[in-house]
Parts: sequence; structure tokens; C-alpha cells
Amino acid sequence: MPGLITMDDLTNEEIISILDDAERLLPVARGELYLPLLQGRILGNLFFEPSTRTRMSFETAMKRLGGDVVNLGDVKTSSVVKGETLFDTIQMVDGYTDIIAMRHPRQGAAQYACDSANVPILNGGDGAGHHPTQTMLDLFTIRQAHGTLEGLNVVLAGDLRYGRTVHSLSHALVRFGCNVIFASPESLRMPEEIVADLKVHGAEVVETDDLLGQINDADVIYMTRIQKERFPDEDEYAKVAGAYKLEAGDLDGAKPDMIIMHPLPRVNEIHPSVDSTRHARYFEQAFNGVVARMALMCRLLGVEVPEDINKQGVVL
Amino acid sequence: MSQEANMRRVTAIKNGTVIDHIPAGKALSVLKMLGIEGDMSNPVSLVMNVPSKKMGGKDIIKVEDRELTQTELDRLALVAPDASVAIIRAYSVAEKLDINLTDEVVNVARCTFSNCITMNPREPLPHRLIVTSRMPLRLRCRYCGKEQDTEALVDNLL
Repeated sequence: MPGLITMDDLTNEEIISILDDAERLLPVARGELYLPLLQGRILGNLFFEPSTRTRMSFETAMKRLGGDVVNLGDVKTSSVVKGETLFDTIQMVDGYTDIIAMRHPRQGAAQYACDSANVPILNGGDGAGHHPTQTMLDLFTIRQAHGTLEGLNVVLAGDLRYGRTVHSLSHALVRFGCNVIFASPESLRMPEEIVADLKVHGAEVVETDDLLGQINDADVIYMTRIQKERFPDEDEYAKVAGAYKLEAGDLDGAKPDMIIMHPLPRVNEIHPSVDSTRHARYFEQAFNGVVARMALMCRLLGVEVPEDINKQGVVL
Repeated sequence: MSQEANMRRVTAIKNGTVIDHIPAGKALSVLKMLGIEGDMSNPVSLVMNVPSKKMGGKDIIKVEDRELTQTELDRLALVAPDASVAIIRAYSVAEKLDINLTDEVVNVARCTFSNCITMNPREPLPHRLIVTSRMPLRLRCRYCGKEQDTEALVDNLL
């Protein structure tokens, strides 16, 4: 069954068309319009590792569209601790639901689930692999701000090695002709096979350890969290993390329409002083997870999002 | 040095399998992949790094009294995709076998990435490695997408 495992599962035309659907669904996501496009459908939320935004936004998206959700719940109290294989878990949930959103600590779990299931699988993150539904909401946020996805200068900063959001996003950006600049400490550079893939797509990849030097030319700065546990000692972490931090004062020379994004949660990498600047876009970005996932679920379930959405919905 | 001279380095075998055109230096990996260890009773001859017109240098293995099966050939494709295999009976070539490296290598080796979902030995779906390049040989796991360490794959044979 087709699902969304990596961004390679969507053509550029499909991406644009899904983003257009998401745009029309905004009043439904905001709770201003009731349009039960997915009434009678059930989403299985299988989060084998912690998630706040992804899990909640999937749930909100399904409920706003009139559908329902069943949750795996805490992994510690599920059959997983009894040693159930992913294959068996998927067989079971496949029978209960119409579509599955899944996050799993093992890389490749989403493709594995997709090969095991009859219902569509939406990859909500597999190890350090991919996170394509996050990419769709990221692209939505970028297009909302700049009116286009093409030819932008996008700086991806922080933990590029283990941060799965930047893996999926960089693939998509390059396909739309964006220039990608990777700003990270040496030890957290983008994995080689991803850089090689991007070059196959004709991208000129710039890798640097200087984040602040990239600000003035950027259209988008996409920050990620540097995790303490990736470093051998606290001092090393403090030194590295300090270089990948944005404060309002760093943005004086930025383009007026430059936006700062972050998949959240943030720790210290974006100072609260940035929140009130015109550049901060991370909370809107988190909200956009609802519309992006609404549009994706409609697409995978073969439900068309009507053009005249306002006429079909009930104003709340 | 002529082809004939290469073959004379070891004596002709009466019955068994000759694997020629193994990439230079890979013969030991091939033996390992075939499960041929020092404690087996069949005589095994091995020459390494001999000149080859086609390859520059190559290795050759002769295994007496054993005919390779197609499944064993599939394994060989991971380290020596262009090797030629001849089954010898009564000192003559009875059969020539091809190693066909398919676009996907199914259930031959386990992904080498330590955090791949297929690391759980109880997961039942087949192990699938996708061939992304033949020269040089490059493979990626269908599930986790990680590029495989072809040397390490020898240790991950199923």
C-alpha cells in the first residue's frame, strides 16, 4: 500500500498540490469551519518513542476532519515490551484502522511497516532516518512566508547528523532548486550518503561551522537542537552548543523577510528574545503541522479536498 | 603472463568448482561467504593477485568435489559479481554458470547498520539490499536506506 515514508514518495507536483490542499484547509485547522471529510475513518497513532507535536497534530488533524483516533499508548504497557515484533503489531493495527501514523526508534521501521501493512503508513520519524510529514509542514511554512519554494537560500543549522527533520527537508529543498547551507560542528555534519544524494540532484552543498556568517544572505534559517548526549563531556557540549545559538541582536543584518524555523522542542539554541522579532516562525510552523497532516491524510485515503471549501463546511 | 600459465599455478581438478575472475584480493572473502573453512575435508586451491587482461589482477579458487548451488552463487555476487564459475566433472568443464547480480539482493545478507529495524532477528520480512551501483558495487538497505559496508556484509550472511 502506498504511504509516505520518505520525500521520494512524492513528486514535486504532488507536493505542491498537497500544500494547496493544506492552504484551503486552514480554516478547518483553526476550528473556524467544520468539514468532516474523514468522518468514519480511524487513524492509528503508533508512537514507539516520545512525541508531543507530531502525535498531537496528527490527532488534531484527524479529529478536525471528523475522524477518530486510536493510540498505541505508552510502549511500556503495550505488547511491545512482551517482545511483539513490529510486523505483528502492524498486522493488528492494520485491522483496526484506516491509516497509521508511526514513530519508531529504529531506522527503516516505517518502510518495514509499509511493507507489512494494507493501510497507508505515514512516517512520523524512524530513528535518525526520515520525517517527511515534518518536511511537508516545513515546506508549507516556507511557502507561506516567501510565496515560493524555488531558489531560496536555506541555512540548516545545529545537529545535522542525527536530526532526521533536516535529512528529509534538505532532499525536498534541493528538488525545488534551493541553495542549502549546512552549518554544524564537525562532529554533527550531514551524513555523507545524504550529501552524495543531494549532489546527484545537482545541488551545490555548502558545509560550514560558521552559523552567524550565514545570516545576512539567508531566506530561511532552520535551527535544530544539539543534544547533550551526543558529546563525550559537558565542556565539549557547552563549547559547541554555544556556537549554534541565535539571539535577537544577531539578526540586525538579516533580510527583512528572512524566517527562523525550528522543529521544536528548543533548548538554548533560540533565545526568547528572538520570539518577538519579525523573523520568528516556529510556533506558526508547529501549528502548520495540523493542516499539512490533514492534507496528507486526505490524499492517502483518496479523499478530495474541495476547491470551494467555505461553501461545503459549516461555519463555527 | 598467459591465461594458461595462470591456471597452471595450481593443478587441474577432477571434479568440483573453479571460480575465476574474482577481484584481486577478494578470494578470502569469497571463501568466507561460501562457508569454506580450513576444517573441511575438500581440497581447496587458491591463487591471488595473478595478472588478468580483463581485470588487471584477479584471484582464482578451485574447490574439489563440491559443486556450487545457485544460492551460493547469489552470495558470491556481493563480493565478486563478475566472477565466472565452471563446474568440473572428469577434468572437463561440464557447466558454466553466471553470477547474476540482480537489482535487489534478497535474503542473502543482513543490513550492516546497527540501528536498522532488521536487526531484530524475529522480524519476519525478507532482508532486502538494493543495488545502487555495479562498478563499484554499492548497496543500500531497502528499509533504513543506509549504504552498506560491503566488507562487513560478509559477516552478515544469512
